[in-house]
Amino acid sequence: MAEAVAKKREARAKIRDAGGHEVAMLKVQGLKRYFDVSAPWLNRMIERQPKQILRAVDGIDFEIGQGETFGLVGESGCGKSTVARLIVGLYGPTEGSIELEGRDIAGLSRQQMAPMRRRLQMIFQDPYASLNPRWRVRDIIAEPIRAFDLAKGQAAIDARVGDLLETVKLNARDGEKYPHEFSGGQRQRISIARALASEPEFLVCDEPTSALDVSVQAQILNLMKDLQREFGLTYLFISHNLAVVYHISDRVGVMYLGKLVEVAPAKTLFTTPRHPYTRLLLDTIPDLDMSGRERTPVAGEVPNPITPPPGCTFHPRCPFANERCRAEIPMPRPLSDGAIVACHGIEEGRIPDGPMLTLPARPEGLA
Amino acid sequence: MPLLEVENLVVEFPTRRGTLTAVNDISLHIDEGEVLGVVGESGAGKSMTGAAIIGLLEPPGRVASGRILLEGERIDNLPYEKMRRIRGKRIGAIFQDPLTSLNPLYSVGRQLVETIQTHTDLSPTQARARAIELLTEVGIPAPERRVDQYPHQFSGGMRQRVVIALALCVNPRLIIADEPTTALDVSIQAQIIALLKRLCREHGTAVMLVTHDMGVIAETADRVAVMYAGRIAEIGPVREVIKNAKHPYTHGLMGSIPSIGHDSERLEQIPGSMPRLTDIPTGCAFNPRCPHAFDKCRTVRPDLLPIEDSWTACWLYDGEEGRNKEASKKLVAETKADAVLEGNNG
Amino acid sequence: MADTNMTSGSGFMDGMRRFFDGDIWYSFTRSPVTMVAAAITFLYFFMAAFGPLVAPHDPFDLASITLLDASLPPAWMEYGDPRFLLGTDIQGRDVLSAIIYGSRVSLLIGFASVILSLILGVGLGLISGFVGGAIDAFIMRVAEIQLSFPSILIALLINGVLRGVIELQNQADLAYAVLILSIGLSNWVQYARTVRGSTMVERNKEYVQAAHVIGIRPVLIMWRHILPNVLGPVLVIATIQLALAIIAEATLSFLGVGLPPTEPSLGTLIRVGNDYLFSGEWWITIFPGAALAILVLAVNLLGDWLRDALNPKLR
Repeated sequence: MAEAVAKKREARAKIRDAGGHEVAMLKVQGLKRYFDVSAPWLNRMIERQPKQILRAVDGIDFEIGQGETFGLVGESGCGKSTVARLIVGLYGPTEGSIELEGRDIAGLSRQQMAPMRRRLQMIFQDPYASLNPRWRVRDIIAEPIRAFDLAKGQAAIDARVGDLLETVKLNARDGEKYPHEFSGGQRQRISIARALASEPEFLVCDEPTSALDVSVQAQILNLMKDLQREFGLTYLFISHNLAVVYHISDRVGVMYLGKLVEVAPAKTLFTTPRHPYTRLLLDTIPDLDMSGRERTPVAGEVPNPITPPPGCTFHPRCPFANERCRAEIPMPRPLSDGAIVACHGIEEGRIPDGPMLTLPARPEGLA
Repeated sequence: MPLLEVENLVVEFPTRRGTLTAVNDISLHIDEGEVLGVVGESGAGKSMTGAAIIGLLEPPGRVASGRILLEGERIDNLPYEKMRRIRGKRIGAIFQDPLTSLNPLYSVGRQLVETIQTHTDLSPTQARARAIELLTEVGIPAPERRVDQYPHQFSGGMRQRVVIALALCVNPRLIIADEPTTALDVSIQAQIIALLKRLCREHGTAVMLVTHDMGVIAETADRVAVMYAGRIAEIGPVREVIKNAKHPYTHGLMGSIPSIGHDSERLEQIPGSMPRLTDIPTGCAFNPRCPHAFDKCRTVRPDLLPIEDSWTACWLYDGEEGRNKEASKKLVAETKADAVLEGNNG
Repeated sequence: MADTNMTSGSGFMDGMRRFFDGDIWYSFTRSPVTMVAAAITFLYFFMAAFGPLVAPHDPFDLASITLLDASLPPAWMEYGDPRFLLGTDIQGRDVLSAIIYGSRVSLLIGFASVILSLILGVGLGLISGFVGGAIDAFIMRVAEIQLSFPSILIALLINGVLRGVIELQNQADLAYAVLILSIGLSNWVQYARTVRGSTMVERNKEYVQAAHVIGIRPVLIMWRHILPNVLGPVLVIATIQLALAIIAEATLSFLGVGLPPTEPSLGTLIRVGNDYLFSGEWWITIFPGAALAILVLAVNLLGDWLRDALNPKLR
């Protein structure tokens, strides 16, 4: 076992390009995904409605280094789950590129994608829906092994499945059981075992702990950290829970209405948040230290992504918005400390620095 | 006299494989205008407790023993019709999913007016005016227009506001709020909590806030009851329970919550998982997962004992076993240090 | 590691144990009506399977039939003959034996047509729900058109067309095939619509997405992942459809476009006997009619129970 791990680590020695620069595990450029959510053609003609396009992901760029954990955070409907599904190829992108260790995998067909799939796996949110209820656990975990032809013969496959179950701290005998015999946390472990079965290098984790109780969440987060160390994994970790993202991530990207508004190292992001939306999100974290700080209830709600506001999409909720924000779309710009922020106010230096943001008093709930 | 008193409540589910005890002998009280948080993980029995109080236990669940008193009057054995009247007038309810609490076929205004008229003598015009007033109060913009809209035309946060308006419309003395913010985005969550807090303060309404989210409890509740496997593990002032947890379960729970600014490679982890109702361990239900369990924990069920300002059901605090309170305090304090426990099953 | 014990399949016994331990068996033991219905259905199946061994006479053995025994009333009536419990028809055939042989034919055609429409409907429903788009629209439009006509009309139509195409005259084997085809083809829509609905639900579940991420071929995802998870409601429909198919067959045979009198199903027996109903020989048609009614009722009750037992909301 230990030998195998050492070998794996060696194999994961960072890949470098011709110039000796490290190649990013994942590089996403100008990624867009639009969905046509129009009514059926006939209805549209009769009711004279235009086509309705949902811009789930509207031009985002980011890089994930080898062995890094990149957290993607945002509220529901911001497009973070769509990003996950674009990367693993469940959706084809409308535009843009997705490079896995320098190879563009955006919009590849199933056959073309085949050799890359083994290296790229996904963990899902709902432990009750992510395992086929009619399959035994051993068959669920063996599916990728069989699909990628990673073990020859039933005995070898069984042994590998047993190994994987033990890797995620379950019993090898649990393979005989069906998913419904397990608790939510145990199912998520099974899900992780399946993702690990193809010996991937990169795991896309879409809200892997959101459906779990906190004590179980802690077990899963710890397990994921252990596995990362053991196998040198790279994670894209998607969550709406800022504290969880802070805990697990090296770098964090904040999404709002299909765009990345801020990308920064986790520590920087949480100590000196720049974008007003990031500050808003940080303000909404419940205060467990009982310091007496009241959550600042933030005005408004996420607008409808089919008809996003013009200019900076955050401007209707932003206390610092001015004419430029309402008209011009801000571009992501790098700052000195490695953060990348898409905000006119930050660029112009008219938004004061500060760990937290004290929003001007507004009647709560009025957009 | 407290507003609500629950005495030795037992909620059972008869199944063909035997009777399951979802809530096992819990007692608590809520004072006028007080917010009591009931926190626990799934399967702890917290929602059952709430449902039992408002008389909405789903069959075959039933209150097997114990008493529930609202302003000194027993309400656990009332006939359906009487309980329904109490539910509308004196106890309000807010549930997790605002969509299921609203009838999709009726406009928001009609639902409000109907509820108001059922419990008061207001005329239709007056009731409608009151409905608009309520919508204003819960922060819904343009209430005169919104009152005639249907639930699906509201966003999740706005719907939850409507549900709160519905719960408040006849000025109940007590609101049972079961995971009122769980289905909402974080930024909306804060809005709803602030709203709930403000309204209850203004109306002097007491709240029983049932949730799994310690964060929500921390900033909303006055007192908190931590539930585990159908029993109260610890109950006391929220600050005392959160900052100075006595029960090893509360302690582990607090440690397992990741928080910003606390850098640690690993989170504190309680091994194992909440037992299923079918096989709750004897003695203290937490004993198989507890790092401090000793013989007595495995055989005798602990009752709540007063320790400092709160009550805890844990033998560590019982003098007889030769572990006096000082020693046990030290033990629990150590939990934090050596809490990096290897977990087996999630 | 070696002792994972994963391959040694105690699968069947395990499955049986889970079944008898499960909620379905429990609800079965709690419903006397269902138990009676199941017993009756089993009895019919048994009669159908071992017809020649069970039946007191062979109604097709010309050697044993004599016109001397013709039109005898049931055994308990005056002039009844103890050899013929339910009496005989005008050719001297034992009615009870004819019913046993007829049930065999009715059940055979019922089953075969249900299987045909099940395969067709489940297949089309799966494809429709999984692939979506134009294919889905096409299949569903066809289904809707077909659904707007009574299925017996469709069966008659298909029956007529087939008879026109393949001059069958007295070929009994082909008559079977034509009946099965016409009933089967007229009943696939229910399956297709149900399966399409559940497929569209399952398709978006994360376990299906996980299979996509692994790169499993869509056909295999449909077959291995989705199909087993959409079959529950299909089983219920199939049970109820079995009753309907038996009736459809009886109707067609009664109308004279089904099986020839040389190979009578229950429907044929009723039609033949119908001619003598008013001349006093009521048993020739009433007993096959009752047999049909009891069979259909029993199967229907089983279907109803199955629907409730499989519906988690009613449990």
